[in-house]
Amino acid sequence: MGESLFFTLPEIVLTLGSLFLLMLAAFMGDRVSRLATWLAVGFFVIAALVTPEIIGRGGVGFDGLYIADSFAAFSKILIYIAAAAALVAATSWFARDGTFRTEYPVLILLSAVGMGMMVSAGDLLTLYVGLELLSLSSYVLASFQRRDVRSAEAGLKYFVLGALASGILLYGISLLYGFTGSTLFGQINLALGRDGVSTGELFGIVFVLAGIAFKVSAVPFHMWTPDVYEGAPTPVTAYFASAPKVAAMCLMARVAIEGMGPATFEWRQIVIFSALASTILGGVAAINQRNIKRLLAYSSINNVGFALIGLAAATREGIASVLFYMAVYVVMTIGSFLCVLRMRDETGRPVETIASLSGLSRTRPGLAAALAMFMFSLAGIPPLFGFWPKFLVFNAAVEADLTWLAAVGIATSVIGAYYYLKIIKTMYFDEPAPAFEPSRDRIEGVLIVLAALFISPLGYFSIPYIDAAAQNAAGALF
Amino acid sequence: MIGLGHYLVVAAILFVLGVFGIFLNRKNIIVILMAIELILLAVNINLVAFSAYLGDMVGQIFAMFVLTVAAGEAAIGLAILVIYFRGRGSIAVDDINQMKG
Repeated sequence: MGESLFFTLPEIVLTLGSLFLLMLAAFMGDRVSRLATWLAVGFFVIAALVTPEIIGRGGVGFDGLYIADSFAAFSKILIYIAAAAALVAATSWFARDGTFRTEYPVLILLSAVGMGMMVSAGDLLTLYVGLELLSLSSYVLASFQRRDVRSAEAGLKYFVLGALASGILLYGISLLYGFTGSTLFGQINLALGRDGVSTGELFGIVFVLAGIAFKVSAVPFHMWTPDVYEGAPTPVTAYFASAPKVAAMCLMARVAIEGMGPATFEWRQIVIFSALASTILGGVAAINQRNIKRLLAYSSINNVGFALIGLAAATREGIASVLFYMAVYVVMTIGSFLCVLRMRDETGRPVETIASLSGLSRTRPGLAAALAMFMFSLAGIPPLFGFWPKFLVFNAAVEADLTWLAAVGIATSVIGAYYYLKIIKTMYFDEPAPAFEPSRDRIEGVLIVLAALFISPLGYFSIPYIDAAAQNAAGALF
Repeated sequence: MIGLGHYLVVAAILFVLGVFGIFLNRKNIIVILMAIELILLAVNINLVAFSAYLGDMVGQIFAMFVLTVAAGEAAIGLAILVIYFRGRGSIAVDDINQMKG
């Protein structure tokens, strides 16, 4: 028992932290929201430091319900970094509108507990509880600015479609449980390998993957993404686009490999379809967008498609490339959203149209350069770092005899490049629009510079370290 | 004699009804909340039926978890619905159209 609790240490730290902050919020109110944010960042640091694999001893707890291996450790560190960045970025943004409430860090911490459970899940029950903890916090976060009708509508849409997705996931879980006789990933794996995949099990696999595909917003379960990303407050959107995507992607990899390994042939078809549809739709539908947040939503759909190509390879290299992809994707996405956070007109109101970026290179050259770098990197153009994970993903697909998939993926990444380049053209070659209000927040600026440095060719120096960690993490699944 | 198959059919019908309730309903968001509950109850029937059939307790424990989470989900859904109604003055499905594109 004590050992099992040790494996859940990061989640225990975050849970106790969120309860403590909840008390702080109840007794001190909104005066302490800035303090609560920094405390929450501190809790993330502690949680990252006590992650079992980091201390040096991973293992399986609670009779297989909970797995603390290097895969979970890699994803958790990534999730905590993304969540902490989203927290820090939110402080000044919410403070400007006078809507910064202490509940924000509490909700982020609670959803991080859910994400930690997701990536450590060894059983469908842990998976479900973790996913719901994340989802329920996310619904509230999406409608966080409750006076704003768009924010409330984003929360409502997210809630309805999210509840439908968890219903689909649950139905799949019930079928998998019934036809394999267990909810443990290991047992399901054995049952699938014993006597082939029956129709009931196949339905279960399809429904479970569909439920998780909703969370990573892969086509055809992406409908909620543009609306929710547009309506939710921008720091929350930055959060949605980063940490939960990592968690859901890692969860999908673990379920697919550890739980459904013998059914690889069956689920690979689904993943391939979803990957191709995501890259194509993410590229084509973004072209006509006028709102930068909607555009970034389609960009995230597009990027998830590329990560799914790595999953479709279903090899150790494939999973390692997915992890590498998510690591770089998180930095690129948070960087671009930090730039969007700085878009306020001279009266201080947030603006979100792409047209307002016109001529940014003349009014705010630094911001324009940073955003241009993130866009080039998201498009996967060398020498920026966004190129490398795309290369790894396609390489893994080729080595798994899916050359055609890699070829189509490369073709669709060219379509995607079009709208990224359009933003750069707007910033550098159009007549200047009214200048943005100068921003005073230093921390945001520091984060943008750090993200830009990581994305720049300097990032290639980190390849050996990230690659070793990703290979080690992916090895835990096989 | 009522066997596993009958329960699975009932659950499948309820599940499909729930999904259709979400997509075909054009009137009221409360109806969508009811449809979501229908889906979750269909899952519970499945889980308990499988649990009895397999002689394994996990399914029933799972059903308890689903019930608990469904309660929390409904509470959060209604709370979001209330703040939406305050801002918009309507909960008709056709009025949820602030964002398009």
